[in-house]
Amino acid sequence: MRRGWFLPIAASLGFAFLYAPIVSLVIFSFNESSLVTVWSGFSTKWYGALFSDPQLLGAAWLSLQIAALAASIALVLGTLAAVALVRFRRFRGRTLFSGMVSAPLVMPDVITGLSLLLLFVAMEGLLGWPQGRGMVTIVIAHATFCTAYVCVVVQSRLSDFDRSLEEAAMDLGASPVRTFFDITLPIIAPALVSGWLLGFTLSLDDLVIASFVSGPGSSTLPMVIFSKVRLGVSPDVNALATIIIGIVALGVLGATILQLRSKPKSSGA
Amino acid sequence: MTIARDPTIPPPRRLKPWNAVERGLAKVGITGRMLVLAAPVLWLLVFFLIPLAVVFGISLTTKQFGRPPYSPLLTTEEGTVQLTLQFNNYIRLFTDNLYVAAYLSSIRIAAISTVITLLVGYPMAYAIARAPDRWRNIFLMLVVLPFFTSFLLRVYALTGFMRGNGVINQFLGLFGIPPLVMMQTDFAVYVGIVYTYLPFMILPLYTTLVKLDTSLFEASADLGARPIHTFLFVTLPLSLPGIVAGSMLVFIPAIGEFVIPSLLGGPETLMIGRVLWDEFFAATNWPRAAAVAVAMLVVVVVPIMLLQRAQGAVVEK
Repeated sequence: MRRGWFLPIAASLGFAFLYAPIVSLVIFSFNESSLVTVWSGFSTKWYGALFSDPQLLGAAWLSLQIAALAASIALVLGTLAAVALVRFRRFRGRTLFSGMVSAPLVMPDVITGLSLLLLFVAMEGLLGWPQGRGMVTIVIAHATFCTAYVCVVVQSRLSDFDRSLEEAAMDLGASPVRTFFDITLPIIAPALVSGWLLGFTLSLDDLVIASFVSGPGSSTLPMVIFSKVRLGVSPDVNALATIIIGIVALGVLGATILQLRSKPKSSGA
Repeated sequence: MTIARDPTIPPPRRLKPWNAVERGLAKVGITGRMLVLAAPVLWLLVFFLIPLAVVFGISLTTKQFGRPPYSPLLTTEEGTVQLTLQFNNYIRLFTDNLYVAAYLSSIRIAAISTVITLLVGYPMAYAIARAPDRWRNIFLMLVVLPFFTSFLLRVYALTGFMRGNGVINQFLGLFGIPPLVMMQTDFAVYVGIVYTYLPFMILPLYTTLVKLDTSLFEASADLGARPIHTFLFVTLPLSLPGIVAGSMLVFIPAIGEFVIPSLLGGPETLMIGRVLWDEFFAATNWPRAAAVAVAMLVVVVVPIMLLQRAQGAVVEK
């Protein structure tokens, strides 16, 4: 079993399955022909087409802004929630709180989207806010589900670090707040970076929730891509996908290296 | 851990502004804990829990023209507040074959895809857990990488792969095999779910498998068990929390999936997420869409509870 042939083959096939469609998409983004699946020569013209499409560029810019804002809000909320869940052993409503934090992780997108839209409409009727829907409502919706992801990432980091460091700081007279900023925060910083990046990419990726809570004139990048893809395969989407995949690959690579370096050698896993 | 303080050394200076703030707040009965909890609790209450209540409320109204496009729940008539609840959306849900069929078919598609994902993901997770240390992190990164790249674009990549003149069929054509019809079938939806949710299955499985004590396998082998028996009676039962967590992480979102059935599935691929979407965007029947959402929540609530328990077991082990 340990040196069997089954595991390596199964794992290789699995990785091939994960990567083959992406690789073929990247290759065909350099295809001359507009037929996405028939190779007819190398060309970068679809990348050029991409950068002269104002609708796509506008949507990309909007999505980047939304993702940065949502990830930042989620970073603060998620870190606070993680500190509460890991450090406060018992408090009233802990089960409800931990359920509320982690449920958005698995909640089907259509439910999250619909429920937030109905909330925004009801709030507008009762309080006069938010006026209409657009960037603000999308940021709120994204920050909500990103909080859950940030919380999971920070929670795992918080629960496996040496608490005696915090205790030492407090014994030396630092207040809990100062201990948090001087000791805890630097230690969990890599988790904060990966939590923020995770929130950023998830927000950038969301189609369903944004479709529900966006308003006229605020189409995010996935919404524009979806409307293009629905009509059929278009080679400029391949080019766009290649750029996004490239950026993400670099980001994940960087984050992995960062985490490997910051991890103490003693903790094996 | 407390160390007795040498009385000759003056007590360390505390950071002053925080202390003043802390003391001031403590006087009004606000503790540090409450401050930490306040923001996330309020946010999640307003933007997660209350919206679910709003969905439930609106599912009990009917569609009407105007803004908002549903009948009011509370009306004031001659000074008295009246609550009007209408159950016709739910009655339709149970009597209209479209909804019943969509629910059953969503559960079927999600369950079948979950089993396939488990069968594909388990050997991968096991191989990664048993890989040498320096390879393990690289393999894990390779699993996580597609999860970070756009979900929508990965589904799109599959359409290029499986379409009539796509990569697979061109490859088969080299051997003289006639093209297969894969797109716009339930098969394509299964492939799509397995493809996009595979990392969600592998990660919790890996987390449980990597923590297993290898001496158990040795003991089992020493006692004469064949590898397959060691796997069935030792490894598999011990990795159960990972199996449950991974399966629920795939099953729950797959039930409400919209993008995969609408890009990969055919017109006859019924899934409840798609029905909800059409009810909302095409028919603009918000109350009906809300009722569909409530019914979907009822379907996923037990799996969510299973997941909570399994996740606790995965983390604490």
